[in-house]
Amino acid sequence: MKATTPGQDLLRGIWRENPVLIQLLGLCPTLAVTNTVANGIAMGLATFFVLLGSSLLVSLLKRLIPNEVRISAYILIIATFVTLADMLLQAIVPDIHKALGAFIALIVVNCMILGRQEAFASKRPVGRSVLDAVGTGIGFMITLLLMSAPRELLGNGTLLGHPVMGTHFEPWIIMILPAGGFFTLGAILLVYSWWKARSEEDVRPRQWPHGVLPGKAA
Amino acid sequence: MSAHGDSGNGRGPDLPIAGGPAPNDAPAFRLIATLAVAGGLAGLLIVAVFQWAQPRILAHQALVLGQAIEEVLSDPARYDTLYVAGDALTKEPPAGTNPASLEKVYLGYDGEGAPVGFAVQGAEPGFQDVISLLFGYDAANNRLLGMTVMEAKETPGLGDKIIKDSAFVNGFAGPTTPLVGVKIGAGKGAPDEVDMITGATISSRAVIKIINDRLEQIGPLLRAYHPGGGS
Repeated sequence: MKATTPGQDLLRGIWRENPVLIQLLGLCPTLAVTNTVANGIAMGLATFFVLLGSSLLVSLLKRLIPNEVRISAYILIIATFVTLADMLLQAIVPDIHKALGAFIALIVVNCMILGRQEAFASKRPVGRSVLDAVGTGIGFMITLLLMSAPRELLGNGTLLGHPVMGTHFEPWIIMILPAGGFFTLGAILLVYSWWKARSEEDVRPRQWPHGVLPGKAA
Repeated sequence: MSAHGDSGNGRGPDLPIAGGPAPNDAPAFRLIATLAVAGGLAGLLIVAVFQWAQPRILAHQALVLGQAIEEVLSDPARYDTLYVAGDALTKEPPAGTNPASLEKVYLGYDGEGAPVGFAVQGAEPGFQDVISLLFGYDAANNRLLGMTVMEAKETPGLGDKIIKDSAFVNGFAGPTTPLVGVKIGAGKGAPDEVDMITGATISSRAVIKIINDRLEQIGPLLRAYHPGGGS
């Protein structure tokens, strides 16, 4: 495995190894709570908080945690941060907490978070682990925004609760139902893969017919 | 510290990302002690945040309930909290009981001190999850004053109209009980009819059933209660 620079640690989660778009982790909250942008942002922030706190602690304590009980210890750390996030959201933004419902508590079993602990934070210095958590958290947030903006816009005619589609717009209710989540995720993954495949093709030299570029023709 | 061969103590960035660390043989008490200490610390942290958050959460719940009471009783001048103790309503919780665990109803008064009606909470399963609501009930005339949904996870765009559809919500101001749900246009103008929502039949029925069931349980108590304390 190649060595990485701090910049790569930060950027990897945001785009090239985006937790949802590439690793396809954390799909449950991605599909379930993205029917409004506000919910998406709150879920993104809560996950970011849990991920950052867990990566920091796991990385700090990695030498104190015996190998045999490491998964239990990670889950304990993650669950603590999730409980804190749950209570903080309920105290600070009760309406959003109500809208997110059980999905806050379910951050505990978001494999994106446990995955970062086992694959990265438990083997790396603290600084790198924090960078990795920040990158992954931002990548998750970006995906939630990509999901929730079109769903709220088409399904409800609003953005962040403000009507933007005019009075004659008939909301596509299916977009805020679970099926709309799958449609949106499918469309985003399609565009993302297409874009990725295309940018990889660009690296190869073009094969011009009839020797337009001398020396490069097949 | 590093004697137990945990590969997690590597410092360099050139360690493999995948692949678990090599197994080691930490003694069992160390495993238990680690988890026990971690659990204890986690508990302390949670208790600390809970101490800070709980009053705020309760204050917000009380605020939401107060607003709902004012809504279903159409802005009463004031309201009393009454406790359901056995088969009577009392202003003070009976001695030896925990007020928080008692069922409560709220009696609103108008500006002249005359009772307007009771605000009663009810909850039963709807289409997806439990619907919890508050309704206003005028015991003297046996009719409803209003209804507001406190919590529901009904289908967005369909079932959640029980919260947002003002025609449906306003239909609960005035009808006599027990309520009868009718399809829009199918009613005969009887005083106990409530129009249901097209596309949200199960959710509408659930709301009507919650109110009817609650009044069946608690209606006699409400009708028998006289705020002055006399008969």
